[in-house]
Amino acid sequence: MRLYAVVLAGGFRRYATYRIATAAGAFTNTVFGFIMAYTYIALWDERPHLGGYDLPQALTYVWLGQALLMTCAMMGGGFEDELIERIRTGDIAIDLYRPVDLQLWWLAGDLGRAGFHLLGRGIVPMLCGAFAFDLALPGSPLIWPAFLLSVVLGVVVSFAVRYLVALSAFWLMDGAGVLQITWLAGLFFSGMLLPLTLFPGFLGELALVLPWSALLQVPADVFLGKHTGWALAEAYAFQAGWAVALLGAGRLLQSAATRRVVVQGG
Amino acid sequence: MVDGLRAYGLIAVMWMRSTMTYRASFAMTAFGNFVGNSFDFVVILVMFAHVETLGGYTLPEIALLYGAAGTAFGLADLAMGSMDRLGRRVRDGTLDTLLVRPASVLAQVAADRFALRRLGRITQGLLVLGYALFALDIAWTPLKAALVPVMVVSGAAIFASLFVAGAAFQFVAQDAAEVQNSFTYGGNTLLQYPPTLFAKDLVRGVTFVVPLAFVNWLPALYVLGRPYPLDLPRALAFAPPFVAAVCCALAGIAWRAGLRSYRSTGS
Repeated sequence: MRLYAVVLAGGFRRYATYRIATAAGAFTNTVFGFIMAYTYIALWDERPHLGGYDLPQALTYVWLGQALLMTCAMMGGGFEDELIERIRTGDIAIDLYRPVDLQLWWLAGDLGRAGFHLLGRGIVPMLCGAFAFDLALPGSPLIWPAFLLSVVLGVVVSFAVRYLVALSAFWLMDGAGVLQITWLAGLFFSGMLLPLTLFPGFLGELALVLPWSALLQVPADVFLGKHTGWALAEAYAFQAGWAVALLGAGRLLQSAATRRVVVQGG
Repeated sequence: MVDGLRAYGLIAVMWMRSTMTYRASFAMTAFGNFVGNSFDFVVILVMFAHVETLGGYTLPEIALLYGAAGTAFGLADLAMGSMDRLGRRVRDGTLDTLLVRPASVLAQVAADRFALRRLGRITQGLLVLGYALFALDIAWTPLKAALVPVMVVSGAAIFASLFVAGAAFQFVAQDAAEVQNSFTYGGNTLLQYPPTLFAKDLVRGVTFVVPLAFVNWLPALYVLGRPYPLDLPRALAFAPPFVAAVCCALAGIAWRAGLRSYRSTGS
């Protein structure tokens, strides 16, 4: 357990090294937040209470999206590039005879990364958004820890999806195609572009039950106080259910994959 | 200049050949590029599933803004999109290799990893632009008809100069590639929507400071016969080629200044 805590701290520190890049990223999140906020204002101006949100709630949703974009790696950009590279080059063989659990090792590192991104790229855009627009910030202080737990679960679901994707490199070798499909799906079905409650008909119903909705839609709704009491427990159960299912699938795929490993050369 | 273009062409052709070695992978990534950009427009379509107009503009009108900005940005991205790798080259010292070669450094950086898959973005922009021109009811004059291609080409040049200026900034900032994205990708997203959505100060900023408004807003609003933001004179619809020329010149100066200030990592 201690080992994974060290890996987690390492993941945090690793990303903390790139200070200028983090500042540049927070700037970009803020710029996109402003552009999206203005389009939402125009939309909610025509249709107040669209998708069950009033305007301050919709604007809060925009800024939460910018704050969580990197934390939940909705466009990718975590450990998966590195893992795919290790599988492709065969370095994965070294990882496999280490006395650690491969999946937990990468999960710990990714949680560290997410923690850094939440602080480094989450707080500044959120503050800018709150300063420039009228946001619906939580009335009860209890919502903050509830939101954080939901974010952690979202990060685990995001990790589990990306772990599966990375393992596909055992069969595909080139990860570019699947990575691209993954970030497209993540961007669209997490609700990053528009709240999923605005998606029409069947597409909307489907988007709400897919794992990606655990990345932004669920944490944002927790933040906005849409889930309280039993509904909150249900929201957590939804996220945790996907986390367990996808992590389990990752285990199965991992054992299938490691049986395939052929170490080349001496 | 001629040598630079020649070098650019040679490097680009080399990367195209290398891309075409894996045709299936190329087809997939080009398709992904196409689909990825289409999501922006899907969002606009979902918005219009709920409303009739956005900021006073109808769907075909917004499609004209979107198509013009998207195509212009796609062209600039195809030609200059690799410029954002410059920061990495400065950090790891591989820029030195380019400096000792007898060819324009700008051409080498711009053509590096020339990505033909970016045709996906251009195709998507052109399709939306085509839809807009088909769906809009415009009283076409020769002037308006000529303005559409001029707008796309000058817009591409304005975006291209932003890519170059952003790269020049990275000589100083090194790992601030994302700041460039705010102006290029962010600018493209901004221009997909009409200026009536945005605060006056923001519109002023993208007209007089970073002249994004000349990419599509001013010429397209002329074609649509729509009122101008900030009470600007309508003659500005014809300014994009000149604005583009000035932007390219300024970006060229910034690039030279950046390159001159470059100190190798020494490794």
